[in-house]
Amino acid sequence: MPWNRRHLLTLEELSLDEIRLIHATAAAFKQDLRREGRRVSALVGKTVVNLFLEPSTRTRLAFEMAAKRLRADVISFDAASSSTTKGETLRDTAENIRALGADMIVLRHAAAGSPLYLSRILDIPIINAGDGAHEHPTQGLLDTFTMQEHLGSLNGRKVVILGDILFSRVARSNIHALNKLGAAVTVVGPATLVPPWLTTLGVTVSHDLRGALADAEVVMLLRIQHERQTTTMFPSLGEYTGMFGLNRARASWLSPKAIIMHPGPINRGVEIDSELADGARSVILEQVTNGIAVRMAVLHLCAGGRPETVEAARS
Amino acid sequence: MPAIWIASARVIDPAAARDARGDLFIRDGQFVASLSAAEKKRAKKMDARGLVACPGLVDIHVHFREPGQTHKETIATGSQAAAAGGFTSVVCMPNTAPVADNAGTIQFINDAAERGAVVHVYPTGCITVGMKGTALAPIGSLKRAGVVAITDDGDCVQSNELMRRALEYAKMFDLPIMDHCQDASMTVGAVMNEGAMSTRLGLRGWPHAAEDIIVARNVILSESTGAHVHLQHITSRFSVDIIRRAKARGARVTAEATPHHLAFTDDALAGYDTNFKMNPPLRTEADRRALIAGLGDGTLDIIATDHAPHTSDEKDREFDYAPNGVLGLETALAVTLDVLVRKNKFKLATVIDLMTRKPAQLLKLPAGTLAPGAVADVCMFDPDVKWRYDAKAGFSKSANSPWHGLTLTGCVKATIVAGRIVYADGKISS
Repeated sequence: MPWNRRHLLTLEELSLDEIRLIHATAAAFKQDLRREGRRVSALVGKTVVNLFLEPSTRTRLAFEMAAKRLRADVISFDAASSSTTKGETLRDTAENIRALGADMIVLRHAAAGSPLYLSRILDIPIINAGDGAHEHPTQGLLDTFTMQEHLGSLNGRKVVILGDILFSRVARSNIHALNKLGAAVTVVGPATLVPPWLTTLGVTVSHDLRGALADAEVVMLLRIQHERQTTTMFPSLGEYTGMFGLNRARASWLSPKAIIMHPGPINRGVEIDSELADGARSVILEQVTNGIAVRMAVLHLCAGGRPETVEAARS
Repeated sequence: MPAIWIASARVIDPAAARDARGDLFIRDGQFVASLSAAEKKRAKKMDARGLVACPGLVDIHVHFREPGQTHKETIATGSQAAAAGGFTSVVCMPNTAPVADNAGTIQFINDAAERGAVVHVYPTGCITVGMKGTALAPIGSLKRAGVVAITDDGDCVQSNELMRRALEYAKMFDLPIMDHCQDASMTVGAVMNEGAMSTRLGLRGWPHAAEDIIVARNVILSESTGAHVHLQHITSRFSVDIIRRAKARGARVTAEATPHHLAFTDDALAGYDTNFKMNPPLRTEADRRALIAGLGDGTLDIIATDHAPHTSDEKDREFDYAPNGVLGLETALAVTLDVLVRKNKFKLATVIDLMTRKPAQLLKLPAGTLAPGAVADVCMFDPDVKWRYDAKAGFSKSANSPWHGLTLTGCVKATIVAGRIVYADGKISS
């Protein structure tokens, strides 16, 4: 199938076929990376601007590497060095970047919906690199890509997302992708961070860690963002770890082949014990590596590059 | 000022239980029972066939931004928007810059209205000094300066003790307290209704309980002090229930609903359009239905617009950072007719009552009736004509309307204030 989108704003709006197409294209890029081969990129001679108005390490570096591998010119800048600290509006910042000749903008922003807003202003592709508590589409794509590498088809697979769901854009993007790929998703955590109406997103809501983890094939931990939450959300990090932290005993409830995931950054000893984060079932660093191929695929497709068919990726 | 003869209108005057074809006569700024043959000859005759003629509409909740924020709206431009919407009396909220917490600012507003307003403009004063919620404003002086109510609209008084004392004190002057019901501790950073939609959009939710708690608090304080509390822009079905039961006990509480909360739900936020961002926020379909039922059984007393202008630059932001508020005056009648009359089978006269006699009565304003001797404020509208609303071409200085570009049914054709035609054929005459 062809790719008809200029932007990548959400996974909610993507079809199953579109998600598969990105995965297939990412798989092809991943092979190229291993072989040090290079396919013709739609980004040669183009300028990608990473507009990161909220702090990020992993995502920004991965987008930068992905764009460089595609031989784009890459400029990255962050909130601290931008005119937004002088009160410039997002519209003006974006229009200036466009006027400087940017061909594509990768946007990280604290306000939900800002990539959509930008896409209505500019005529160049906008890639959402995380907007508030809304979506982080490339993270959802790389997470499901990684799951498929380990489990094959996700249809009917039991996936648990554990932690702060309410404020998590990673959770939302994963939920949308996993639902489309046929997985059975359960979200778990304290009731303050896992509200009942999450069921409207098509997931099961649970506060019973044991029941949720039983036979799960994937457990994805989310960072407890204690710097962002007031003390009303849960009593203490200690109590959180005591109730919901993943340790060896609790990991034993999982399916024997289960993988453990985390989008980072990790709070070691809070949501996950180090021995699990660094253990054999952890795919946390694979997620990071896959993040480059997935972002190459997204940049390539949104710049108008040729999609890889599923067949080509498999061959 | 020539006499006016409004001929062959469908005359609706809820105060007199009148809804019949007939004529209206105005002389020297007042309604009169009839004109002599000689007077009729000289009178300005307005052919009102096909039109409804009713008392000028009354809106007890508008923001005209003067003093201090005249880039958004002025008393003059706001009053023109009012006239274009069929409103002849409006009550301004005190959250100006500076806030209207002293007699001098009230005098400034009255002077500005005298100079530039084409409709009757009534000021309100703050409950607390600086609208900061910590000390009582000089309520007695505000009353003397001419306020018709006191309110910290936009910043609900959080201290129960201070609210109690404000009620006791204001009752002495027979001055209603209007409250924007919001528990601030539950709504930190909140930009929309909390629920399925906020979860989907990743926006911080404003739970209805934050309204319900303050509505209940106000009911309790009203009953314990005997003071009149008016509950502004109610949005939650639980609040409607609290008010219904309070009224059944005879509590002196009144409440309003806005056209936007009657017309929309939080589903409208799917595209992060800041012209649907206001405080309190749009809620669910169940809440919307409860508001309509509340207006139907008298639990909610009136319609008020919460007309809240903001410039396009201010609204053209990320959703989180855009200011709260939407325009309402120029669209209120059409929207209310659509929701209540066409879609929910309210009688036309009932809806007009909600927008004329009842709000006037609530604040004891000299308005809301066509009785001979009363101030001749009239709204004339065609209930069936369709028109396309272009907010940018409207009379408000701002254009932040959720109805921009939509086709509405029911259009104001003429507005008369104290016997003077201030709006007709799409134009303001000053």
